[in-house]
Amino acid sequence: MKQDNLLLSLWQVSKRYPGVVANDKVSLTLAKGEILALLGENGAGKSTLVKMIYGVVQADEGSLLWQGKEVVIRSPNMARSMGIGMVFQHFSVFETLSVQENIELSLDAGFVKDAATLRAKIIELSAAYELKVDPDRYVHNLSIGERQRLEILRCLIQNVKLLILDEPTSVLTPQEVAGLFKVLRTLASEGCSILFISHKLKEVTALCDRAVILRGGKVNGECVPANETPDSIARMMVGSEAVLSERYHKTIGSDELLVTRDLSVPPTNPFGTGLTKVNLSLHKGEILGIAGVAGNGQEDLLEALSGEDTRAEAGSILINGRKVAKLNAGERRLLGMSYVPADRLGQGAVPDMSLADNTLLTSARKGLVNRGLILPHKVVELAKSIIHRNDVKCHNAHAQAKSLSGGNLQKFIIGREVDQNPEVLICAHPTWGVDIGAASSIHRQLIELRDNGAAILVVSEDIDELFMISDRIAALYEGQLSHAVHTEQTNIEEVGKWIAGSFMNEDKPQEDVKHA
Amino acid sequence: MDMELFQQILVAAIKTGTPLLLVALGELICEKSGVLNLGQEGMMLMGAMAGFAGAYFSGNLALGLLLAMVAGMMMAGIFALLSLNLNTNQVATGLALTIFGSGLSAFLGASLVGSTVNGFKPIAIPLLSDIPFVGPLLFNHDILVYGSFVLVAICWWVVNKTRAGLTLRAVGENPYSANALGIKVIKVRYIAVLTGGAFAGLAGAYMSLSYTPMWMENMTAGRGWIALSLVVFASWRVGYLMVGAYLFGVASILHLVMQGIGFTISPNLLAMMPYVATIVVMVIISSNPIRQKLAAPMSLAKPFDSRRH
Amino acid sequence: MLKTQARLESSKLMSWLSPLIAIVLTMLVSSIMFLALGINPTTAFKVFIIGPLSDSYNLGELMVKTTPLLLCATGLALCYKANIWNIGAEGQLLVGALVGSYFALQANDDSGYGWLAITLLAGAVAGMFWAAIPTLLHQLFHTNLILTTIMLNYIGLYLLLWGVHGPLIDPEGFGFPESAIFADALLLPTIMEDGRASISIVLAVVFAIGSGIILYRTLPGFQLRVFGSDQPAARYAGYSSKFIIWSVMLSAGALAGFAGVAEVTGPIGQLIPQVSPGYGYAAIIVAYLGRLNPFGIIFAAFFMGTLYMGSDLAQIELGMPTAITGLFQGILLFFLLACDFLIHYKIIWQPNKSNSQTAPVSTKQGAA
Repeated sequence: MKQDNLLLSLWQVSKRYPGVVANDKVSLTLAKGEILALLGENGAGKSTLVKMIYGVVQADEGSLLWQGKEVVIRSPNMARSMGIGMVFQHFSVFETLSVQENIELSLDAGFVKDAATLRAKIIELSAAYELKVDPDRYVHNLSIGERQRLEILRCLIQNVKLLILDEPTSVLTPQEVAGLFKVLRTLASEGCSILFISHKLKEVTALCDRAVILRGGKVNGECVPANETPDSIARMMVGSEAVLSERYHKTIGSDELLVTRDLSVPPTNPFGTGLTKVNLSLHKGEILGIAGVAGNGQEDLLEALSGEDTRAEAGSILINGRKVAKLNAGERRLLGMSYVPADRLGQGAVPDMSLADNTLLTSARKGLVNRGLILPHKVVELAKSIIHRNDVKCHNAHAQAKSLSGGNLQKFIIGREVDQNPEVLICAHPTWGVDIGAASSIHRQLIELRDNGAAILVVSEDIDELFMISDRIAALYEGQLSHAVHTEQTNIEEVGKWIAGSFMNEDKPQEDVKHA
Repeated sequence: MDMELFQQILVAAIKTGTPLLLVALGELICEKSGVLNLGQEGMMLMGAMAGFAGAYFSGNLALGLLLAMVAGMMMAGIFALLSLNLNTNQVATGLALTIFGSGLSAFLGASLVGSTVNGFKPIAIPLLSDIPFVGPLLFNHDILVYGSFVLVAICWWVVNKTRAGLTLRAVGENPYSANALGIKVIKVRYIAVLTGGAFAGLAGAYMSLSYTPMWMENMTAGRGWIALSLVVFASWRVGYLMVGAYLFGVASILHLVMQGIGFTISPNLLAMMPYVATIVVMVIISSNPIRQKLAAPMSLAKPFDSRRH
Repeated sequence: MLKTQARLESSKLMSWLSPLIAIVLTMLVSSIMFLALGINPTTAFKVFIIGPLSDSYNLGELMVKTTPLLLCATGLALCYKANIWNIGAEGQLLVGALVGSYFALQANDDSGYGWLAITLLAGAVAGMFWAAIPTLLHQLFHTNLILTTIMLNYIGLYLLLWGVHGPLIDPEGFGFPESAIFADALLLPTIMEDGRASISIVLAVVFAIGSGIILYRTLPGFQLRVFGSDQPAARYAGYSSKFIIWSVMLSAGALAGFAGVAEVTGPIGQLIPQVSPGYGYAAIIVAYLGRLNPFGIIFAAFFMGTLYMGSDLAQIELGMPTAITGLFQGILLFFLLACDFLIHYKIIWQPNKSNSQTAPVSTKQGAA
């Protein structure tokens, strides 16, 4: 690689936060027009590194060279004026503003001459790159894919030289991913460099010229993805000792435990989807996976099934034949239901309370309370046993929930819920943001619970995970649920189309093959 | 009801609505940035006291106005320091500001009780004020009322039509996204909170230099709180705020009207009217929570802490 | 250079130290204020803090001031722990006093302690009723509790004024806005030889301790704390928000109403317009000063009672306006809130390391 072809190089860059070294002497280079993958597990330091490049935070040590000159990028504004654009994982778009206003905000005040010129430029760019978005629409009416296109447009409008994308595909359907890759390749061919952050190895292999692998804040290797296998790259990400992926045997469930009949709820917020006539049946001894892109009614489904939302009609949810839709989450627990929620810190656990108190949160009836009086010793005892059995890394049972890492808190919550020997377990995004080691232990735990006869419903946006652990699978699109099929009788491509809503046009029977 | 009484009621509604309008405008700007400042009553009281003291000692009403705005801004500055820099709970901090403001204004103003100044006088605008009905209604007020008309127009334009307004709304919706775009969230919020303080100070000065030209402990009598519900009533829209302020104005002089038409009830029971009316209005506007959610700035009263991200 | 850093875990030590730091800082600021007024701070503090504790009469008066503060603050703390912003203690207290007075005035010299019990109960129920209004509106129409409770404070005040100027006025009182003096059987027993302190202070302490036990040792108390700290978690766990909100609001109303009726049947002995010098608002500060923990609030209420007593004495001895109490209260609450910063953040001393790091780098910009 020639020196004058270099756009960006990082030299021995370090960043420390209280208690952690997020980046430890990281060096990397990026050529003009190159698509570079930044790979690593959660907590490997990818986000911190790109935040430094985008000027959100500044490095403690080391230096940054931009087109051969040493620079300190003090703010996102400065980064943008240099030609660096970033598409965030959790989009930084404003729901109550229009597309054009969103774009205007990201531009320097001097850049916008007048609204009409800006509008013309937006239309011109969106046509040139097939990034179709109407400048006058309000963001809360846009789909997730459209929001991402808006973010990319926002970067393109000021002649971007480096485009950073943080986990851009995690919220897209497989078809949308293909569209995104097309845009990125076009951009690269025009000389724009791309820094692509991901943990999905297949995508990296399909798109990127080169990959840098981070582990524990350090560069742990570099490769050309096309010459590697997903396994060999994964080894660099997680180290040699971790179990990468397992195959679990599939089962066929027996009695129906949880059934919904035309379950419908209106949206809870102005930007929500609600549910429309959802029919599902969950059987003893099986895992039913619900696939779907975020924002298609997952929250509404979880809230309706768990009892956090009791607006559905009484007869639309049945546990063991009993109408439960009007019972709250606590009352449903008494019927043998447990629930691992989507939001670990703030929903599944109270951030400012100790793990012991967080044990009491859902386990009061396990002999922890006598005539209304809390038995503190029993609470601590149970908390300790959950911590021990699930290998939760924490100070002790009195540590505040907010002091745990996401993966450890998830292990604690799943442990707490599984400990109640539920007949029915509702589980949302079991391994979202969890490292590979913890993810496989969570998967094993779910499989074990299933083999002991529990009925498990898993909602996840990670389609690979669902194919790994579920016995049957269905897709949720705009609040409507497809029929469920046996995982072994379908494939990722087919479910990928359902996620995008194709099942709504099909005229298939609503009952699945075996139980019909 | 005859036309003259009707006109008198409307004129009085504008006069009583003006302090509500001013303080609510300031709070609206503050809330648009995502900050809930419940200290309006305290800031107003300080404004009223400082305004009166300034005019009393210097004999200059303009100086009084200036002092009132500075006092309001200083109070708002304390609030901003605590809630924006130290991330204190905005509700509790606002309450503290009200308690502090009523204490400090009573303490500093103790010697002024009983004094009087020559307050602002109505200025009839030539020609316009001669228009029948509309003239006396809109064009025969003191300078502060005219000023409030202008401020409404300016606020509407800034919030809805300028880049600054766009930034303000963005910060109020999602400060973390705004921060990622390079917008200085704390700075924007400071400006919004201080502007709110200046408006509250001005509203206080209207009370002590125009509405009743004198100073008395707790003379704002809950108007700061009523203004807070006015902002909710207006669904955070400047235009509705003006309508709302005058409606509240009518409600709060209703007891005078009733007395005027010979209705005899205990004055203490009549004095409850504005507060009862506020509750009734809140019941009407709050019964649609979805509409409320859509109208309110999405990050209202949620602290922004860049250190945690 | 001083820097702030978020703590991984909240500091338990700081959560107890911060009220003390706040008190010290408030005293520092007030010293400056006293100096500016030309008063020696030591003299002022003697009047403010030693004065109320100096003799048994003053001690009794201190308990008189402390009782309503403790009662109201205990109720408010339950609400604030549940993150329910009830600002309505003042109105609930006033309505309790008004309704209690109505019952007390129905008694005659033959009435026994049974009638006193009914009167006290009536006051507490009236306070509960006054708290039930905003709660009901909140449940039915999602109205903002802060604003409705504030409005009901004003309405409660005018209701009391109406009562004392109208139906409850003493017919033989020459038109003064006061009720007749209550019959002896309708007065709470006092606990000291001289002075007006009544058994209501004992009851207030008992209520506070009871609330503390419920809050920290029972399942409903735990549910309340979870609800206040993290509503989605309470919903996730299936705790009934309706039950929690109604419980804390009605308890707070009953305690404030009782405080009101205990004032009129205790130290005052009749209904007058000035039943409360803002006890309901000061109780908000007491609740915070006690860290929303009923045990801590017992001490905080005595401290605030001292401040009230002190400002009465300061008015007599130093000629200071009583408004100074409100001023102290505001400053104290500011410092309390500000000091909580130390619970979640630590302040560390960092030698100018990072500065010297970036400085030479930034000068190199464009030079390479």
